[in-house]
Amino acid sequence: MIKNISNLGDAALYCDFGSEVNKKINLNVIDYFNSLSKFIKENKDCGINNITPSYNKLIISFDLSITNYAEISNVVQNLKIIGDTQNKQKKIKIPICCDNEFGLDFKRLLDKTKLSKEKILDLYLNKDYFCYMTGFIAGMPFLGDINENIRCNRLETPRVKVPKGSVGIAEQFANIYTFESPGGWNIIGKTPLKIFDQSNLDEPVLIKVGDEVNFYQISKEEYINWDE
Amino acid sequence: MSDTYFEILRSGINTTVQDKGRNHMYHVGIAVSGAIDQRNYKLCNKLVNNDLNEAVIEFAYQGPLLKLKNGKINFSITGDVLFRIIRKKSIIEDGICYKNYILEDEDQIDIISTKNTVYGYLSVTGGFKLEKVWNSYSTNTKANVGANNGKKYSIEDKVFIKNSNVQINKEKKINYNPSSDNLIRVIKGTNFDFFSSEAQNFFFKKEFLVTKLVDRMGIRLSGYKLENTVSTNIKSEGLVRGVIQVPADGNPIIMLSDHGTIGGYPKIAVVISADLDRVGQYTPGSTINFKEVSLEEAQNIFKAYTDETNKYLNECD
Repeated sequence: MIKNISNLGDAALYCDFGSEVNKKINLNVIDYFNSLSKFIKENKDCGINNITPSYNKLIISFDLSITNYAEISNVVQNLKIIGDTQNKQKKIKIPICCDNEFGLDFKRLLDKTKLSKEKILDLYLNKDYFCYMTGFIAGMPFLGDINENIRCNRLETPRVKVPKGSVGIAEQFANIYTFESPGGWNIIGKTPLKIFDQSNLDEPVLIKVGDEVNFYQISKEEYINWDE
Repeated sequence: MSDTYFEILRSGINTTVQDKGRNHMYHVGIAVSGAIDQRNYKLCNKLVNNDLNEAVIEFAYQGPLLKLKNGKINFSITGDVLFRIIRKKSIIEDGICYKNYILEDEDQIDIISTKNTVYGYLSVTGGFKLEKVWNSYSTNTKANVGANNGKKYSIEDKVFIKNSNVQINKEKKINYNPSSDNLIRVIKGTNFDFFSSEAQNFFFKKEFLVTKLVDRMGIRLSGYKLENTVSTNIKSEGLVRGVIQVPADGNPIIMLSDHGTIGGYPKIAVVISADLDRVGQYTPGSTINFKEVSLEEAQNIFKAYTDETNKYLNECD
């Protein structure tokens, strides 16, 4: 449930679901996101511009020339919540190549975790991840939770360029860089899959909030010859 | 008859197509984009009789040099812009902003630079021949979405124009004198209480400098370092235009139209909607003072801003 609603500036609503990061709270955020998305489809002139779900917050921005904080706050408080996120969950398998050419931060991870590369990959691959949110850059999924033994802080100095397709670890989360981008996640491999495809207008994003993701390893040869 | 288009002889620093922006895509990580200065974008369309939602060309600092091919058009430039029109036989005409012009086949528009602001706009009657992506023409160079495959224009690119021979409307010209105030009004952010009482106080008292790190994503400021006494990171959450985030170094960053959709730095304040056009136009080296207003005040100021925009739009008729 929403613990508190406040205004973020004069054209956005800040819905706070709590301070913890866990699947239960996040599913509740996503339920609100899905219900509100449905509301917008049915009420195209309501003035809502964007809704951004994250771990435990939902931010709703609106057009101040059409509506205002009080009206949208009212919409949210009277929203009929459809709690079917878990039924809509897709299971997605993501191939990754963890060759040292792509796994840029194995040395750092070996030092931090005191585990072998095989053990790190074993713990990383044998796990189903939940997509808490997508964003920052287009289509980037934030997946959790990573096994406690292989968690690692972000790089002290972020890379200027992380290659597109790189798969990373930071604290309890895994992510995939959908574009070449600056970034500080510990990179363990690279996927040949297109996670964000702007030419696919109906479904530009492969992994959506609430989806379940599992990684499996492919060889460098398979990576190079990958054909979608 | 062949298609009418602009040939880009010089691209300028950051020349893109913009409109009111692209909504309903934040949740996948695609920012709103759109013209940084929404009022100038609207006026630019109105001066050439366009629908206000038509796409325009936005440029920053040095603009493009454009040559018209296969047609005759009507165009207008808005902003604080130095430009000239190079007619046939090399006759040069100094350009005036907020006025419409006829451009003949093979004439050139040389947008030399913006003056005391960052962005300027160019519109043509009937608009440009482009496809909307997710209901917007706006170029988003971060997600490679929108006009020109989501990339800024380069030399030799062509920008096609819908109408090859426009019915030239009467001359339109307005006097537009926007305020050049350095006071930016804000509403306290959701993490305002993360900052020390001195930082809270000085945020509204000290002057902040606009650094060189200014682009369509945001504006980095420097000056008084805002001390955070709670946590310099929050769990990543959504952002909107105008949010002022403060990373661990204590220097505020104002989010503009191409900002990352989520962020993990505390939010000290949010620029009110009525001041977003102005804040986006500050050049490096400018100074800003922040003033706190209530939500109700912000809503009233926005009404006044909208009324003023409409007044100028009406003057274009």
